[in-house]
Amino acid sequence: MRALTWHGTHDVRVETVDDPEIINSRDAIIEITSTAICGSDLHLYDGAIPGVQPGDVLGHEFMGRVVETGKDSTLEKGQRVVVPFTISCGGCFHCKIQQYSACQNSNPAEKQDMSATLYGHPMAGLFGYSHLTGGYSGGQAEYVRVPFSDFGPIVVPDHLDDDQVLFLSDILPTGWMAAENAEIQPDDTVAVWGCGPVGLFAIQSAILMGASKVIAIDHYPNRLALAKQMGAEIIDFRKTSVREALMEMSGGIGVDAVIDAVGMEAHGFAIDNMIDIVKQKVGIGADRASVLKQALLAVRPGGRVSIPGVYGGMTDKFPTGALMEKGLQIRTGQTHVQRYTKDLLKKIEEGTVDTTFMISHRLPLEDAARGYKCFREEQDSWTKVVLKPGMKD
Amino acid sequence: MRNDRDLGLAGTVAGVGLALGGLAFGAFLTQRRKGGGDDAPFYTRKSPDSDDAVLGRTVTIRKPRAELYEFWHDFGNLPRFMENVETIRSEGDHRVWTIKAPGGRTVDVRTEVSEDTQNRRIAWRSVEGSDIETSGSVEFEDAPGQRGTRVSLVMSYDPPAGEVGRAIAKLFMREPEVQARHDLKRFKMLMETGEVATSARTKDQTRKAKQQENG
Ligand SMILES: NC(=O)c1ccc[n+]([C@@H]2O[C@H](COP(=O)([O-])OP(=O)(O)OC[C@H]3O[C@@H](n4cnc5c(N)ncnc54)[C@H](O)[C@@H]3O)[C@@H](O)[C@H]2O)c1
Ligand SMILES: [Zn+2]
Ligand SMILES: [Zn+2]
Repeated sequence: MRALTWHGTHDVRVETVDDPEIINSRDAIIEITSTAICGSDLHLYDGAIPGVQPGDVLGHEFMGRVVETGKDSTLEKGQRVVVPFTISCGGCFHCKIQQYSACQNSNPAEKQDMSATLYGHPMAGLFGYSHLTGGYSGGQAEYVRVPFSDFGPIVVPDHLDDDQVLFLSDILPTGWMAAENAEIQPDDTVAVWGCGPVGLFAIQSAILMGASKVIAIDHYPNRLALAKQMGAEIIDFRKTSVREALMEMSGGIGVDAVIDAVGMEAHGFAIDNMIDIVKQKVGIGADRASVLKQALLAVRPGGRVSIPGVYGGMTDKFPTGALMEKGLQIRTGQTHVQRYTKDLLKKIEEGTVDTTFMISHRLPLEDAARGYKCFREEQDSWTKVVLKPGMKD
Repeated sequence: MRNDRDLGLAGTVAGVGLALGGLAFGAFLTQRRKGGGDDAPFYTRKSPDSDDAVLGRTVTIRKPRAELYEFWHDFGNLPRFMENVETIRSEGDHRVWTIKAPGGRTVDVRTEVSEDTQNRRIAWRSVEGSDIETSGSVEFEDAPGQRGTRVSLVMSYDPPAGEVGRAIAKLFMREPEVQARHDLKRFKMLMETGEVATSARTKDQTRKAKQQENG
């Protein structure tokens, strides 16, 4: 089959690799119809996540048709499914309490040591996201092997097209969980850093949850315009002093909740960020956490901090004083996708959430490498790229 | 210390040493050692008070105690999650473990069950005259609430005496621990999900992965 493979920093290629096979009895093979490039993929593309190996097939946002099933899969050939990026068994301690992204049984035993050493506990398996999370082949390909197919994938009705439901695989639940983690109350003013797909869905979710004001921060005019279109007030961090503006826009109280939808590769020329950029270039494991630091200072005392943005290593000059002295709460994590897919599918069917507004480009899979390059270098106009293996160019 | 002599020795003892690593599971704790004055398991102490290499691990598995005990009690099941063990067959009162060794060879180790308390504990040890002296035990204990069962595996082996033995110990001390940890996780996977997780894309890759882990 054809698949997008990683070969090094800023080097991804569409190549021919072996087709996936059913290995375990709960597996299914899916023929991909649509798959997206995520901001998380850019961390791999930029070489900021350890444990990626040359030849690894990337992609964790995908959907398609079931073409083969193991004997214990509950899926049927021909069904159309969206697959959560988190691989979860459904039966372990964490799955039973709906902490699906902490599943204890999806990351192969021999792959767990690396993340256990880094984080104190192993990570769960994720599709196409380095060997820290299992080294599973991802979905930017014609076919993919899906373990625990009786538990994760959600069957979608034919009257909804791919573009409407594809994002149930990651960014829609991620934006939703980001807002949920911010514990939004009706009178809240909420600040969201980053107007990429995750930030945009977080904005939409925060508004649906009843926030009285959402303030979106970025520097790309087109992305800020999308945030405005979703109902947010906007701040361009290149032109405006963010902390001062947030204080004023929240009536001098400070924002009640902050959402960091940027993560470890923040842009900008703040001095701490420049130092962190250098560290990230010379070694593994240094996170550029300038957005998180800003957010901790901007949030009001007793406020809530939600971090959907991905971090993978360590950071220094972390404002522990602001955290403690202001009595803040922090919630974060890889999204527990399976917890949200059903409800969000309903919201899509009812028309309560809009999922297609951010798609800027649809490309054949063969053009995936160009998709990565442009999504990274022309972020303003390339807001979300969907790859279609069947598409003729 | 890593002089030429050590390296020469390494070659000659590699087979035995790796077999030891593979045998991590076929090992058994013959005697309880004194605790360190706190409530933590003895094998987590910073300076073990024994010359034996002792390893211990606990996992919580969401299954009833009896079911896990039953599965383990049938030693023939163990190779399903112990990657280095090819087969375990019964010969009278003994179990013969066939363990993968480098270069496609295998090593047999003969063990006997030294304790069997239903739904609680199974212990085994190598019989007299075995090339490798090892012992192991697995314990099943109810976890709080609905969490299932705590499964603890402890094993030890006497590093063979003399210079050769010390070289083996030095070279392979870590390996059994890693192997034990992985095997116990696979046991949990098999019990909770019915299968052992693999990220291989093709069947070929799974075999390769196994060989790799066997070194
Ligand atoms: N928690 C999860 O499960 C999960 C899932 C998906 C994505 N993510 C993470 O969420 C983050 C966003 O993903 P995305 O797909 O929207 O990525 P993206 O790269 O498309 O968007 C990031 C946005 O942040 C903006 N930004 C950069 N520096 C900024 C700064 N200093 N202040 C304000 N804005 C800034 C960029 O201009 C860009 O628009 C990434 O870190 C991604 O890895 C997490
Ligand atoms: Zn994603
Ligand atoms: Zn699980």
